Amino acid sequence: MEVVQLQGRLIEFTSSLFREGFLDDQYTQLQQLQDESNPDFVVEVVSLFFEDSERLLNDLTTTLGQQIVDFKKIDAHVHQLKGSSASIGAQRVKNVCVAFRNFCEEGNREGCLTCLQQVKHEYYLVKNKLETLFKLEQQILQAGGSIPLM
Amino acid sequence: MAPPTGGDRMHVLAVDDSSVDRAVIATLLRSSEHRVTTVDSGKRALELLDLEPNVNMIITDYWMPEMTGYELLKKVKGSTELKEIPVVIMSSENIPTRITKCLEEGAEDFLLKPVRSSDVQRVCSRMMMR
Repeated sequence: MEVVQLQGRLIEFTSSLFREGFLDDQYTQLQQLQDESNPDFVVEVVSLFFEDSERLLNDLTTTLGQQIVDFKKIDAHVHQLKGSSASIGAQRVKNVCVAFRNFCEEGNREGCLTCLQQVKHEYYLVKNKLETLFKLEQQILQAGGSIPLM
Repeated sequence: MAPPTGGDRMHVLAVDDSSVDRAVIATLLRSSEHRVTTVDSGKRALELLDLEPNVNMIITDYWMPEMTGYELLKKVKGSTELKEIPVVIMSSENIPTRITKCLEEGAEDFLLKPVRSSDVQRVCSRMMMR
């Protein structure tokens, strides 16, 4: 596929991520920090987010699966997930975390279980979207093009 | 430890238990030409401050396990050797009593996360003008 077509596809795909609420302005902030001295910054930070999130989601699954639920521990994990998702602009993940923390405060196990399902769903969606976005960027660079500024 | 004079590049110690946030704050500070060391806890921050005398500013997350940013602030301000180092607190939660508590304990500023480039530039400019 030609560079111009790939660039067009990237612009459209990125716009859709913002339009559908997967990403917010914080992602744009990260892109603006990326430059020649730090060319892989966004991929690196997002990779850290992926590692962090998968660890936290595993911990949440284990903790919520206990007979006696430690809501303080759950809240601490969700707080971390909310923080890191906000830091990379993963808006929909962050929003589910807000609701999740409310259920933790109430000690509502069913509410927490529902939120856990939702946050997993939103996390895997945004992970998939970001991986697609990074692949498109790589294709453009390999074809000799540059990443268009949004 | 005196604050830097105008025009100097600062050495900033960034403290955050989140690897994502450490990467972001380090890049924000480096893009303003400052030297940055990152650590993941208050305990490691104090260990580093013991060994490394040339820290011009500490920027720390509030909510960390074992030692909060507030507790780290108290230890820094309670130390004869460290009390002149300006401390900035970051938090994802906008809780007025928390902000007041930190400022009363001697924090220079309180930034809401996610921290933006303009926040870092504002804070660093103020430090450089002291």
